[in-house]
Amino acid sequence: MRLHFSRKMLGIPYVVFLLFFVIIPMLIILFYAFTDREMHFSFANFIQFFSDPTKLSTIVYSLVIALITTAVCLLIAYPVAYILARSKMKKKFVILLLFVTPMWINFVLRINAIRELLSWIGLLGETNYFNTILGMVYDFLPFMILPLYTTMLKIEESLYEASADLGAGGFTTFQRVTLPLSMPGIASGITMVFLPSMTNYVVSDMLGNSKVTIIGKFIYEYFGTNWHMGSMVALILLIVVFLSTWLTGGLRENETVRGANL
Amino acid sequence: MAEHIIELQNVTKYFDDNLVIDNVSFYVNKGEFITFLGPSGCGKTTTLRMIAGFDLPTSGKILLNGKDISLLPPNRRPVNTVFQRYALFPHLNVFENVAFGLKCKRVLNTYRNDEGKEYTKKERLSKKEIREKVEKALELVDLEGFEKRSISTLSGGQQQRVAIARAIVNEPEILLLDEPLGALDLKMRKEMQIELKEMHRRLGITFIYVTHDQEEALTMSDTIVVMADGVVQQIGTPIDIYNEPSNTFVADFIGESNIFNGTVVGEKKVKFCGKTFDCVDDFERNEPVDVVVRPEDVLMCAPEAGALRGTVISVVFKGIHYEITVQVGKYEVVIQSTESRKEGEVIGMNVAPDGIHLMKPKYTSNVFDGVITKHNTVEFADGEFECDVTQLYPGSHIDEEEYLVTAAGEKLDLTGTEVKVEIGLNDIEISDDENAGGTTGHIISMIYKGDHYRMIVRTDGEDEEDFVFATDDLWNENDRVSVIVPKDKIRLTLKHPEDKKK
Repeated sequence: MRLHFSRKMLGIPYVVFLLFFVIIPMLIILFYAFTDREMHFSFANFIQFFSDPTKLSTIVYSLVIALITTAVCLLIAYPVAYILARSKMKKKFVILLLFVTPMWINFVLRINAIRELLSWIGLLGETNYFNTILGMVYDFLPFMILPLYTTMLKIEESLYEASADLGAGGFTTFQRVTLPLSMPGIASGITMVFLPSMTNYVVSDMLGNSKVTIIGKFIYEYFGTNWHMGSMVALILLIVVFLSTWLTGGLRENETVRGANL
Repeated sequence: MAEHIIELQNVTKYFDDNLVIDNVSFYVNKGEFITFLGPSGCGKTTTLRMIAGFDLPTSGKILLNGKDISLLPPNRRPVNTVFQRYALFPHLNVFENVAFGLKCKRVLNTYRNDEGKEYTKKERLSKKEIREKVEKALELVDLEGFEKRSISTLSGGQQQRVAIARAIVNEPEILLLDEPLGALDLKMRKEMQIELKEMHRRLGITFIYVTHDQEEALTMSDTIVVMADGVVQQIGTPIDIYNEPSNTFVADFIGESNIFNGTVVGEKKVKFCGKTFDCVDDFERNEPVDVVVRPEDVLMCAPEAGALRGTVISVVFKGIHYEITVQVGKYEVVIQSTESRKEGEVIGMNVAPDGIHLMKPKYTSNVFDGVITKHNTVEFADGEFECDVTQLYPGSHIDEEEYLVTAAGEKLDLTGTEVKVEIGLNDIEISDDENAGGTTGHIISMIYKGDHYRMIVRTDGEDEEDFVFATDDLWNENDRVSVIVPKDKIRLTLKHPEDKKK
């Protein structure tokens, strides 16, 4: 029998990867989340999580930190992306590069640098939440600028002209043309900043003087002692993530954003 | 007398250092359909954009109903634009696109208060008013029922109609249309031409239309403004522009033309292609003129009956007519006729007096300002040319130390002397070897004149001087060439004859 090589077979390596590194681990998490130490089916982890005020407050803190980080990133990135996208400057890629290059420097190194800086100013250990958010904004800002910049770059100059031609002043044009057309960029920027800032506990650990616990830290710690609880927290985070993606996805309107996954 | 709704006064526009509009002045009558026509890069779109307010003139004034609006932002001008590629808002549906301008609008409403006093309030239009206006506009462009459709689901022609509706719904005083039919196919374009014309008639507002398509301009306009190189070439009705082009550029650009060099030899008599013809234009005797004959005005007849006689060298079928090229001596004549002829056939040709259009040649010689340099060369038009400086002083000669010795034996150093440089139309050659000539430039225009090309080369340096000359060779526009002028063909005269005695 001749072996027929079909194009579908090119997908085999990925299917294997998917099976071993995505599907099976997910099933394992699901299994652990709903069993107790004797491997019997149980809702105990679920009930315990939602009846423990410290666990709930951790979730709330994580959400608040992530929200503030996202908002600050958006406030800084939006005007910059707008100016860069509309400027006819020949050297603007240099400025863009300046925003992006920190991403190419080792993450731990960058956070350490901020830590040194904060300790030199005397803020380390004093303003833990501020420090955490500062670190996260510093870390995730490029992920907000890039999708915003690429979406705004796609807005044709003639649309701004058409808006002015039809009688809209600067603010109206922003409200009714610029903002709605940059929504896909805002949505993907939010997803790319919001999610990591809920889980990236390296930042909160190093800059928050270990006083700030976010949900990612939680999971990490439980997997040292109690896989069942750890799995449950991971599962809950998964649901939170899924919900927020779904919410911001509404802003996206089927638009795919270039550079969204840079 | 018609009212001037728009008037441009000495408008000049530079983009960085590039001159795109050069001192343009004209007016637009209220209610007319006016078209800016010209090749790409002639400045027609920039002129339109300055009227819309997207670009501001570097100098000069734009008046709207007599008021200076040169510096007013676009959102405060009572004009609306139909953009070249429509520029519809992709995030809004058809209704929202058309309603965009209405939602920005504030109108003054007058009310009476309890004490019977009148007062006015600036208010937005109500939802009902907006809906009514949008529906009316969509009806006008035949898009009833399309309100909810998203822009991306529309065909090019439909998007075009939405763009028109979006502009006219605001009831502008002037509608600006920037090559609006450029993206449509031929059939669609013809239909839209008729519809736009009809719309203009019904709305009664002024239309300013930009196109590079001469047929479109001739079909639709009341008035055509022909532009080239940032300068207005001719303004007139389509019939005037076609029948009485004011220069060879217009004749060449609008429709097909045979252009010849001619000479006026008697009262209403002109000689070209070696024969004398009766014509209707009267020019001074012996004056060189440009002769324009439309291909459809050349009538074919039996060889012995024609004023001209020649051999058919090519016949091309063009749908409605045949395009027949005939070699008459050293000249080529192009004829359009519904009758065909065979290649190689000898035919006669006649031209009726009203088919011959004479125009003053724009260029009779090249004149530049120059300066004599150290080595008795002359510097002009971004270059340096060898010349004979002894012509400035009759009877003079150059001694071995390069001084000029006048007839009276006086020794002169001419360095720095300002002179007028004149070069005849037949005394210039060009070469693609950049170092062959005195200066370099690129070809900006080429017009075929029956047996030769009239070429214009613009120098690359900051002088941006134009060399006009005749050549037998075919080059391409924008070719970079160097300009060669033989030493004995450069005619010099002193700019300040009073300097002579120094």
